[in-house]
Amino acid sequence: MRYWEVPFGKEKPKTPIGEIHILKERCKGCGFCVEYCPKDVLEMSDEFNSKGYHPPKIVNGEACVNCGLCETICPEFSIWCTLKEEVALEN
Amino acid sequence: MEPLKMIEKDIQPMDVHPMNDILRMDRLPHIWCPGCGIGTAVTAFAAGLDKANIDLKKTCIVSGIGCTGRVAGYIKLDSFHTTHGRGIAFATGIKVANPDLKVIVFSGDGDLISIGGNHFIHAARRNVNMLVICINNFIYAMTGGQVAPTTPLAAYATTSPFGCVEPPFNIPYLADSSGAVYVARWTALHVRRLTNSIAEALNKPGFSVIEVISPCAMYYSRINRLGDGLDMMKFYHDNSEIRHGEDTKNLDIGFQTKIIVGKFVDRERPTYMDSYNKWLSGTKKAEK
Ligand SMILES: Cc1ncc(C[n+]2csc(CCOP(=O)(O)OP(=O)(O)O)c2C)c(N)n1
Ligand code: SF4
Ligand code: SF4
Ligand code: SF4
Ligand SMILES: [Mg+2]
Repeated sequence: MRYWEVPFGKEKPKTPIGEIHILKERCKGCGFCVEYCPKDVLEMSDEFNSKGYHPPKIVNGEACVNCGLCETICPEFSIWCTLKEEVALEN
Repeated sequence: MEPLKMIEKDIQPMDVHPMNDILRMDRLPHIWCPGCGIGTAVTAFAAGLDKANIDLKKTCIVSGIGCTGRVAGYIKLDSFHTTHGRGIAFATGIKVANPDLKVIVFSGDGDLISIGGNHFIHAARRNVNMLVICINNFIYAMTGGQVAPTTPLAAYATTSPFGCVEPPFNIPYLADSSGAVYVARWTALHVRRLTNSIAEALNKPGFSVIEVISPCAMYYSRINRLGDGLDMMKFYHDNSEIRHGEDTKNLDIGFQTKIIVGKFVDRERPTYMDSYNKWLSGTKKAEK
């Protein structure tokens, strides 16, 4: 193992943890965010918004890595993510 | 059966989305159908504007008519919603009158390539400095799903009940052979690459074209029984292939065939304003 290459005092890489925000009233239930979230954080819910669409719900929030894909793929500007914290990777 | 669960009136205020600054909030929600890809392309556009690091006070957006033609109305830049097919003509006027402005034309395949086809090829030939983002949903969506010059052979439309018999335009090839300096194609699924492409093209002098293949979940997919918007996104996922630098001749799209995406052209040519100013300074000298 070439551990001498790790510079002394170098910080361990960190994983971002995201916090997801959903504007349920704006959503049209297309399912893009649910299908393409790389961490399977979301699922379609069975509740309705006032237009009659099913918005997504968060089922695995801790897994979110704040990648922002849901935010960019959503055609309705109704979901986005912010950085909650960064945690050091386990060895 | 359990009673239907209605969401209590949204507790969150609507003014918190990070893209709100670039959207005309008073116009949302937009008119696009559930599963339509235009909204996704607009999100990528907003992200691309951010990434391009340009002065938004000197940026303006122009659209023609159609579902995609509504884009200019939802973006909080100086925006023009022009007549059908004439987005590029208006944009040329803006650019010539005020060369400091960055001009984007965001419109549909029918608008830009059919009724606006001549403006498209001549702006490319002149190399007028602008970015054209063309949403290609293979159809005239807003008017009810008629055949467009991009409808693939054999695809159904309301005006081709036995399948389309006309060969479609290959938009990157048209742009390339007319003289565009930057040509790329992505699908609505390639949001990240589309964002990067938009940011790159915004900083490219000359006539740039980005084609975005996008689901029309209301007409194209229903008439052709392709499912909903998500099914079309899954089709793009399974059937698109990235080939940067591919010869634009090879980019034809058939009915439900492979879609080649990527950046195909990135070259330098004097822009219209460069040539114009050079010519003008030459004639002024001659007059003296
Ligand atoms: C001069 C003129 N001719 C025809 C129309 C009708 N018209 C409105 S939108 C449209 C087609 C739009 O197709 P496209 O540009 O592909 O936009 P999409 O709705 O598919 O996004 C047509 C023919 C019009 N508004 N003006
Ligand atoms: S930010 Fe990324 S990981 Fe988090 S919910 Fe959105 S798509 Fe999933
Ligand atoms: S992508 Fe947006 S509109 Fe579609 S289901 Fe998710 S939050 Fe709703
Ligand atoms: S008709 Fe088609 S292109 Fe127009 S908003 Fe609906 S899905 Fe989108
Ligand atoms: Mg169209």
